[in-house]
Amino acid sequence: MSKMVEVKDIQFEYKNNTEENNEEQSTLAINDVTVTVEPGEFVVVIGHNGSGKSTLAKHMNALLLPTKGDVLVKGLNTKDEENIWEIRQNAGMVFQNPDNQLVATIVEEDVAFGPENLGVEPKEIHRRVEEALNIVDMLEYRGKAPHLLSGGQKQRIAIAGVIAMRPNCIIFDEPTAMLDPSGRKEVINTIKKLNKEENITIVHITHFMEEAVDADRVIVMEQGEIVLQGKPKEVFSKVESLKKLGLDVPQMTDLANELIKEGINLPQDILTVDEMVMKLCQLK
Amino acid sequence: MLKDITIGQYYPTGSYIHKLDPRTKILVTFALIVGLFIIDTFIPYTYIVGFILATVYISKIPFKYILKGLKPLRIIIIITFVINIFMTQGDVIASLGPLNVTVEGVHQAFFMAIRLILLVMGTSILTLTTSPIALTDGIEHLLNPLKKIGVPAHELAMMMTIALRFIPTLLEETDKIMKAQMARGADFESGNIISRAKSLVPLLVPLFISAFRRADELAMAMEARCYRGGENRTRMKELNMTGRDVVALGATTLLLAVLLFHRIIL
Repeated sequence: MSKMVEVKDIQFEYKNNTEENNEEQSTLAINDVTVTVEPGEFVVVIGHNGSGKSTLAKHMNALLLPTKGDVLVKGLNTKDEENIWEIRQNAGMVFQNPDNQLVATIVEEDVAFGPENLGVEPKEIHRRVEEALNIVDMLEYRGKAPHLLSGGQKQRIAIAGVIAMRPNCIIFDEPTAMLDPSGRKEVINTIKKLNKEENITIVHITHFMEEAVDADRVIVMEQGEIVLQGKPKEVFSKVESLKKLGLDVPQMTDLANELIKEGINLPQDILTVDEMVMKLCQLK
Repeated sequence: MLKDITIGQYYPTGSYIHKLDPRTKILVTFALIVGLFIIDTFIPYTYIVGFILATVYISKIPFKYILKGLKPLRIIIIITFVINIFMTQGDVIASLGPLNVTVEGVHQAFFMAIRLILLVMGTSILTLTTSPIALTDGIEHLLNPLKKIGVPAHELAMMMTIALRFIPTLLEETDKIMKAQMARGADFESGNIISRAKSLVPLLVPLFISAFRRADELAMAMEARCYRGGENRTRMKELNMTGRDVVALGATTLLLAVLLFHRIIL
């Protein structure tokens, strides 16, 4: 099968005019990044503010075009004007602020916005809206106004709006950053469900390390470059190098690391509370 | 405090009138306005009053709700009434200093006041029985044929939808900024009008900045969802004219015909 997303050696430059000396300065937001995402994969990208992770996400559905290099989505180059709509339909995107991505005054209508743009038949739109709302578990709210919903619910509506376009891949650009812990949980569970049950490829960008634990692959970005990449266990066992980058590791990995330092015999790659309990109970 | 504001004045009762196609209701209201302007005697008013009262009855909206709509306009109605009473030339029946009350003046004053009242009542029935979204849909569909001569029907409707969507969000934000400024000692309530208006500046500046930021993000989100204007776009909800609408339009046509008959023949 072909690759879902191929990012080949891209660079992206921001041009910012500094007002004082009127010089044009350019900042490299992304520097020589190469990533491939396989169909059905669940990839988490972590990194600081300004590490280029959101910029990378916006390249994956042609909202931004690389200064150098190519981005291919299902083999379609984002630089080709003709491909843009097919790419955006295939690679949906959910943004950070739930308020600023809902368009319509009624939940149902908002979910229908995507398919309406694609020119889908009204009957088919009805079916897709119902299906999408069902997947995110929001069917009972179909007639409500979005501003009356909680952050987590709004974000799920945004996700439903993307699902209704039937994408193969969804890019989540810090969807949980503005939510409270319970809303974050709702959204994360929905994302995992999409990956497992609907077999949708997920690229999830976040700065909450806990959300990376269940991923197939974790990519760590820093100053526009990929610094670490691999399975969550591999990446998070490098506690010291992550801490040097100023990133956290999941709480349990951190705890395991501290315990190892104290001379307790534990593996480096503990990620969840359950694993920790298991390993601790096996200790003599 | 700002949260309690509802947009529009939709009063759902699920009545026959509520179920009408929004296009029908807009057309009927439009016909009513035309009707109010073509008549020139008092008698046809009774038909219009009858028509409006019947509509109110069928719509199951409490009559006091409709009268409420007149309240903000009472000053305009009174001014119109007074000006017409004193400023119309004709047979003087009483005089108040330099001002003369004429027979024609009294006639004209009542005529204009009734016209205004009926105008407001007719349009409030439209907004009371139609949700803002349905209204937007109706306007878009009615303007569709005008696209050929360059009327941006879809864009207008899109703008209205987005405005409706963001009014509550921005109100909430205003409330938040207001409280934040008040917590730091801002005073929005005392002083005269000028100083009160000045105190709104620290409220409006952050509000505008955030509104622009929101607009920017929304535009990106819309693009990401393949929005490319009104062309080739389908709608989930199609508007369907039913038997109901035929009856309503028929009744309205009849009313207009009677009014025209009065104007031209009688």
